[in-house]
Amino acid sequence: MSNEHKTKPGDETAAVYWRENVKLVCGLLTIWFAVSFGAGILFVEALNNIQLGGFKLGFWFAQQGSIFVFVALIFVYAARMRVIEKRFGVSEE
Amino acid sequence: MDTQTLTYIFVGLSFALYIGIAIWSRAGSTSEFYVAGGHVHPVANGMATAADWMSAASFISMAGIIAFAGYDASVYLMGWTGGYVLLALLLAPYLRKFGQFTVPDFIGERYYSKLARIVAVVCLIVISFTYIAGQMRGVGVVFSRFLELPIEWGVVIGMGIVFFYAVLGGMKGITYTQVAQYCVLIFAYLVPAVFISILITGNPVPQLGLGAAVADGSGISVLAKLDATLVDLGFSAFTEAKKTKIDIFAITLALMVGTAGLPHVIVRFFTVPRVSDARKSAGYALVFIALLYTTAPAVGAFARLNFIDSVNEKSYAAAPAWVKTWEEIGLITWVDKNQDGVIQYAAGAPFEGRAAYTGDTGLHGERLVSNAPTTNENEIIVDRDIMVLANPEIANLPGWVVALVAAGGVAAALSTAAGLLLVISASISHDLLKKTFRPKITERGELMAARVSAAAAIVVAGYLGVNPPGFVAQVVALAFGLAASSLFPAILMGIFFKDMNREGAIAGMVSGLVFTLGYIVYFKSPWFGAVNSADFWLFGISPEGIGAVGMVVNFAAAIGVARFTKATPLSVRNLVDNIRMPKAFPR
Repeated sequence: MSNEHKTKPGDETAAVYWRENVKLVCGLLTIWFAVSFGAGILFVEALNNIQLGGFKLGFWFAQQGSIFVFVALIFVYAARMRVIEKRFGVSEE
Repeated sequence: MDTQTLTYIFVGLSFALYIGIAIWSRAGSTSEFYVAGGHVHPVANGMATAADWMSAASFISMAGIIAFAGYDASVYLMGWTGGYVLLALLLAPYLRKFGQFTVPDFIGERYYSKLARIVAVVCLIVISFTYIAGQMRGVGVVFSRFLELPIEWGVVIGMGIVFFYAVLGGMKGITYTQVAQYCVLIFAYLVPAVFISILITGNPVPQLGLGAAVADGSGISVLAKLDATLVDLGFSAFTEAKKTKIDIFAITLALMVGTAGLPHVIVRFFTVPRVSDARKSAGYALVFIALLYTTAPAVGAFARLNFIDSVNEKSYAAAPAWVKTWEEIGLITWVDKNQDGVIQYAAGAPFEGRAAYTGDTGLHGERLVSNAPTTNENEIIVDRDIMVLANPEIANLPGWVVALVAAGGVAAALSTAAGLLLVISASISHDLLKKTFRPKITERGELMAARVSAAAAIVVAGYLGVNPPGFVAQVVALAFGLAASSLFPAILMGIFFKDMNREGAIAGMVSGLVFTLGYIVYFKSPWFGAVNSADFWLFGISPEGIGAVGMVVNFAAAIGVARFTKATPLSVRNLVDNIRMPKAFPR
């Protein structure tokens, strides 16, 4: 963020809103990375030593688990943003 | 009724449905033509996105790829779904707030430059045409297999249908036909999958069946049995990696980022009423996609197991009927190398090169080939694409299921082709004509231009479908790599880095595009005589995954150039502030 242009009234809260959004996005993307690139690729052999029903855990993350988590991440983001938007009074609803 | 008649009825009925929807939802304005007026319900848009996204390749080839590649096919499963997380969290809400018609619109306005807009149009057209040629081919293949028409006729009929609803209805017509097409294709995919899951494991949910025990009383799980069987036959285990870790990592990343950067996917999020709907809609889209993508690994594993069980060490004379049906059209080939009349399946190719049929039949009635046999024990080769198409036959399902699968395959190919045609036509009529070369064009004129360019794009796509350029089948990776290395970084930085300026963005897009295109063409085309193998790849990354490196090149070039050129003007900074907020702050 550069400060070379003049701040208008209201910018303070706009900046705070944006920071909260970016923080949330970073948190969710960490999980996104952990389940796919982490569990499904980088640490797949180690996790394959753990059995989940008839699945090796690493293989399950790579072919099923990561996809379920992806779906959940998007809905969590949508729900959290609704709350944040209401709080800042910028919701369109 | 025989299967053939049923197939004609099912495919015919689905076409009547699509045409009916097209007439009902004609577009009357450019806004309706480009973004369906911005009134699409998020669930409907989710379904349309899913149909748009899942192509003939997803429907027909994916389970087959998984059946033969096992764990390595995870790159497609994670890559083609994980991109929606990026889309929902990083792009879709802001592009919806920006609220124009096309992806180049955003790049042109955000980077205050006609040149940036044109570079984006070039990226978009290269990406979309690469993709669409394969779709038209897919329509042709499904037609020729199930309706016994020549591939050319299949392409022409497909073109006719798409022409009708894309040219007439624009985005509005496409959206509602895609909703119908999603329903057709997912039903067609799930019905055989459920039957086969019950057959093999007794569990009707394929996602659970994949982790269940085989229903033969042995208590061994499906995956353990598959691993053991394959290792026995000399293959590597199904659940183990064959590609290197860095290559799997890079391909997955390139596919994820590429998915998020594909214009025909992004533009779908311009059609919902509100910013919050764009987020939700991406979620629904992924639910609808995940329904098929989490079923595919089960279908793949079951199909491989089924295939081995029904052919290995079985006498050719007593082999199931489907083996002979698919042998007739050259998708299964058997060579009785040890002359015992029994099919032996093992690792390795049964003979050198592609099957060259002599036209004669052997002792047991098999089609003979003139290829030199190899020294390994394998006697049979099977095209992976038949895994989904032959599934109903392998599991002895009734004729209407086969007919349904045919209608589903056509729906998958048509819906993707239509979405691609629309972004091509919009980029020509809106970005090139209205916003660059003919700013004085009237609304009616622009709408007419959009229809004409859609029609022209269909003809070009059809031509490419009938006469596919030599290596086009191998360059689907190109579309994802290019999207990952050109459009995605430019849009992302446009939203998240206010300091990214015109010069930086253009430098980034051009260098990412040139690097990725160059690498893929170097290894994939026949022109340079390059050997496409891991020993020669940069960091051991295959052309499929090079888009991930191209993305880094883009970011580096963009940030480097932006540091030493003029700062972003204030009006553009205000634009960025504006798109970051769903609604202006109450004062």
